[in-house]
Amino acid sequence: MISNGKSKTVIELHVNGDSHEVMVRSGDTLLDILREQLGLSGAKRSCENGDCGACTVLADGKPIHSCLSLAIESCDQSLMTIEGLMGSPIQQAFVDNWAIQCGFCTPGFILNCHALATEHPNASDEVIEEWMCSNLCRCTGYQEIKEAVQSVVRASGNA
Amino acid sequence: MTTNQGWKSVGNPEQRIDAVEKAAGTVKYIGDFAMPGLLHAKLVTSTHAHAKILSIHTEEAWKVPGVRAIVTGEMFPFHIGPILADRPPLAWEKVRYYGEPVAIVVADHEYQAKQAVQKVQVEYQPLPVVNSVQQAFETGAPLVHENSSQYMKIISNVYPVPGTNIGSHIKIRKGDFQTAWLSCEEIFEATYSFNLTDHVAMETRSTRVEITPSGKVVVHSCTQSPFTIKKVFNQFFNIAVGNIVVHAPLVGGAFGGKGTVQLEPLAYLASKAVGGKLVKLENSREEDMITSPCHIGLKATISLGATKEGKLVAGKYTFLVDSGAYTDQAAGITRAAALDCTGPYNIPNVWCDSYCMYTNHPFATSFRGYGHPELTFAVERTMDQLARKLNLDPIRFRLLNTIKPGDTSPTQTLLDANNIGDAAKCIERAKELIQWDQGQRRETGERKVRSKGISLFWKTSTTATNAQAGTVLTFEADGSVNLNCAAIEVGQGAKTVLAQILAEKLKMDLKDIHVTMELNSQYDPHQWRTVASSTTFLAGRAVLAAAEDAIRQLKKTAGIAMQCSPEDLDVGGGRVYLKANPEYGVQIKDIALGYKYPNGHTVEGQIIGSGKYVQRHLTPMDENTGFGKPGPWWSVGAQAVEVEWDPKDYTYKILKAITVLDGGTIINPMMATQQMRGGMSLGLSFASSEGFIFDQQGIVRNPQLRTYKIMRFGEQPEEYLVDFIETPNIDGPYGARGIGEYGVIGAAAALGNSLSTAAGVELNHLPLIPELIWQAKQGKEEEL
Amino acid sequence: MIPFDFEYYKPATVAEACETYRTLQEQKKSVVYYSGGTEFITLARVNQISADAVIDLKGIPEVQVLEMQGDQFIVGSAVTLNQIAESRLFPLLAQTVRGVADHNSRNKITIGGNLGSRLSYREGVLPLLLADCKVRVAGGMKGEGERVVSLSDVFDKQLNLEQGEFLLQILVDKEYLDLPYVHLKKTKQSKVDYPLVSVAALVKDKEIRMAFSGICEYPFRLGEIEEVVNNTTFARKEQLKQVVGKLPAAILDDLHGSAGYREFVFRNVVQETIDALEWAQK
Repeated sequence: MISNGKSKTVIELHVNGDSHEVMVRSGDTLLDILREQLGLSGAKRSCENGDCGACTVLADGKPIHSCLSLAIESCDQSLMTIEGLMGSPIQQAFVDNWAIQCGFCTPGFILNCHALATEHPNASDEVIEEWMCSNLCRCTGYQEIKEAVQSVVRASGNA
Repeated sequence: MTTNQGWKSVGNPEQRIDAVEKAAGTVKYIGDFAMPGLLHAKLVTSTHAHAKILSIHTEEAWKVPGVRAIVTGEMFPFHIGPILADRPPLAWEKVRYYGEPVAIVVADHEYQAKQAVQKVQVEYQPLPVVNSVQQAFETGAPLVHENSSQYMKIISNVYPVPGTNIGSHIKIRKGDFQTAWLSCEEIFEATYSFNLTDHVAMETRSTRVEITPSGKVVVHSCTQSPFTIKKVFNQFFNIAVGNIVVHAPLVGGAFGGKGTVQLEPLAYLASKAVGGKLVKLENSREEDMITSPCHIGLKATISLGATKEGKLVAGKYTFLVDSGAYTDQAAGITRAAALDCTGPYNIPNVWCDSYCMYTNHPFATSFRGYGHPELTFAVERTMDQLARKLNLDPIRFRLLNTIKPGDTSPTQTLLDANNIGDAAKCIERAKELIQWDQGQRRETGERKVRSKGISLFWKTSTTATNAQAGTVLTFEADGSVNLNCAAIEVGQGAKTVLAQILAEKLKMDLKDIHVTMELNSQYDPHQWRTVASSTTFLAGRAVLAAAEDAIRQLKKTAGIAMQCSPEDLDVGGGRVYLKANPEYGVQIKDIALGYKYPNGHTVEGQIIGSGKYVQRHLTPMDENTGFGKPGPWWSVGAQAVEVEWDPKDYTYKILKAITVLDGGTIINPMMATQQMRGGMSLGLSFASSEGFIFDQQGIVRNPQLRTYKIMRFGEQPEEYLVDFIETPNIDGPYGARGIGEYGVIGAAAALGNSLSTAAGVELNHLPLIPELIWQAKQGKEEEL
Repeated sequence: MIPFDFEYYKPATVAEACETYRTLQEQKKSVVYYSGGTEFITLARVNQISADAVIDLKGIPEVQVLEMQGDQFIVGSAVTLNQIAESRLFPLLAQTVRGVADHNSRNKITIGGNLGSRLSYREGVLPLLLADCKVRVAGGMKGEGERVVSLSDVFDKQLNLEQGEFLLQILVDKEYLDLPYVHLKKTKQSKVDYPLVSVAALVKDKEIRMAFSGICEYPFRLGEIEEVVNNTTFARKEQLKQVVGKLPAAILDDLHGSAGYREFVFRNVVQETIDALEWAQK
């Protein structure tokens, strides 16, 4: 047993290269714990239902909705949040391509894009679309985001 | 160094000043705040759309560990509202919509509050449900509000009709409609409709409130209207305005949905119930969609009459606005839709009845465009259909009737070259961009149909007649400037635009301007609200006034330092210098905190510029005719959409979306383009897939993003084209008009027009899902 | 966040999982097997599901297998939809599961979870129904034994396992992997949505096999429909009419689409599928 469902459990999360002990309820999502106990509020709470991508983090390099993972099942994974990605070319690409308005969806998009560029450095537009349609943006017309993603994928593809 | 190099900022695509922080994910939005001891509130919401509350049992809920308070409606049995005070913050006696707050549970932790919410037992007695505006309008319909005549009017232009479900009735009577109608040679009438939809800002609404021992009420909120929160707390909770402090961080998208005051009073009641402790109340997505206010539904009937040649003579407009259970801003939208009811056309005889209808649906508030995307869908679909009847090209027909200086608006405001932009130029440019002359409809090789649709639109800013903004500038010892004002950054780029206006005025490098991104109502001067595309205009003028004040001070201090008259001086490039000999001057940094003589004596002190601007000569509308001056200017524009439609399965792709806007001087062309694209995306999403689906009992069946679909990456138009016509507005800062809402206004209409042309059937209802086109083709299109 | 509390177990072996289940059962606790967990979390957060205990199966090595073993393609039940999609070992399955939810979610949703979903779609089962596959099942109240059965023995409308059983692996014969195939999915409007109609089809021995989801309230493969589809004496219009007539249940009528429109979409999809596979029948 990892959690007895009554008292909280101490678990170790591996985030952005560091290990952290946290106290969790079995019902706490990864998103809850990242935000409330580790202060990693770059992952946003928006739908808590896996529909919008604002809470996207990387688990072993794969983008996931952190609202659809329990914290308690995430101990074995290497997690990355936007806070672990300072000054990356992807962040600059979002700035340069006017892909940011209110900024609330931005960390999720950027992390997803980072994983994409790592896994598919030469991603076709079709693959870009398959990945990026996990994230919703309500401010932009998506074109700017597409251009930002394309610029990065192409750049890393050429590298 | 005293040349114009580096001073020019207006008209430049300057990078947003908030972009780097946002890309880093370090911006703290309202919900990103956590601290030990913070209490959490959760709402018990109604499971019925219309029902009497027989009893509320909280005993079981109190047994959940960590519960500190449970608040129910009878603890504050009063009505609040921005226009008509008709809404109890917590339902009491009865509920009027599915999702309405019935009780608040406050607990140490959020999960405890959620557990306890499940255990509050509410006993209801169902009442007949008013499930559409049509039903609401019928005589003998069940009443959503039995005593609407007793509600307090917060502003003057609201006219409830007692004994009916009419929350407000706004009339426009211009010319002699009855006589003119009979003289028309060609007439056309049609009815349009769509259900209520939602803003779906990615950030759900959230607030924190505490009441300090000395009686100060401190509110943190993701709001577009911080000063309205103060007003509402003063009006309804009887707290002195000066004792209410509102903090607003950067906002994660708003679209009008954060312009009204809904969660804050609930959080106040929750905090009061726990002795004033800090309480957080954050919406889940579901609550944000249906418990907090959404976007109106509409049923509109439009009759247009014209001469054989296509000159519009008379127009009759009946709007039944589905405001849901409470009027909130829908009462204002009902008014705004009436005063611009014709769209940007010169129609001498106008008759409009705009009704704000109570139904048992979630209640509606402002949505980007404030009634205009909605009325434009109806107006522009009518224009296309009448053009077909007249056998005129839709663009030619519009150009024959486009409004221009010398014409009057429906409220009989005389239009001149200054207050109205150039609608004809907009449509001509849109026509070029969509390549209209290459044909409106053609079949492709792959048995698909490509077709184009166009729309023309306008909107004035219907602000309060005393809407205003203020700015305070404080100069730092390094010569840089802090810009403080109460405009809220919701993603529209307001703060960057204001910085550019200041940079231009002070002839200063943008990087030397530090804009306070967050708001504190105690430090920042009053601003009406950040709505109605009014910020560039109101706050921009305030910035200019503050800059002029600062320049006066700079010249005075520099005059002392340079031993010359301030009149002989100019400011620019971080210096104050002699006009006659720009080489001779002082650095601003050397006088920003006053001028210090060599002997140490100092005069003048810090440069602190302040400025303000208030709307001029606006008037409310006359109750019987609508006569009045609603806004300072109109922005006009044209939009076009090209689709590729598949006649086999009725699906379609949006190929192009085009906006040409006369926004006056464009301060930042890239951000303006961003706004237009985003606006089109919002409008096309609304038009192509959004809408609440109600069951027979008025229950919303799709209160989640799983089932309420908004546009996703990959579903956007393949290409956006944006262009601006820049007819300056003399009153605007550097000639700017408002632009924030405009990208959304004509999008639904242009999509409807292009798809109607593609499918060869009139599509007058939203959302334009393939099934709706299929139904229309079967000749059995129904209102959704 | 899930408001209620529950016990959480993560066994490392099948035996441990079985033991845990039985112990909890003796304590009269309600138990949920958990792999991707996406559906459990979305339902639990709004109190539409409850559990005293959750047994997370992801730690069992057998459920993580994704490989060819001799003449069989083995898919562990906790393999994610994206892993299946990227492996491309069974292209029809890969393409079908790529249509489920969104890419982020598919990094979490598992094939076992999809088959056992409470929602009516369970699209992952469609290619499996066509491929006459077998499943390895473990657990249950009777002992620690595993059993290998035909999918069709345990899947009728939904996965019908014995109490306490869970899906361990799916076994597909090699000969089915590279057959000519088609997968089509039609939605109300957005690509990321539940299907109005989803169809998986392949051609085996010149006969088209088809399985459907979305059109009725459960996924199915029906011999009578395939007979009509493979009957070349019908005119196409008559053929489609016959297929509609053979549907095993009422056409769904819900907020995604009316029954009338679904039927229209269904006819289109069947026609499109046959058109696309006709070459392989010759």
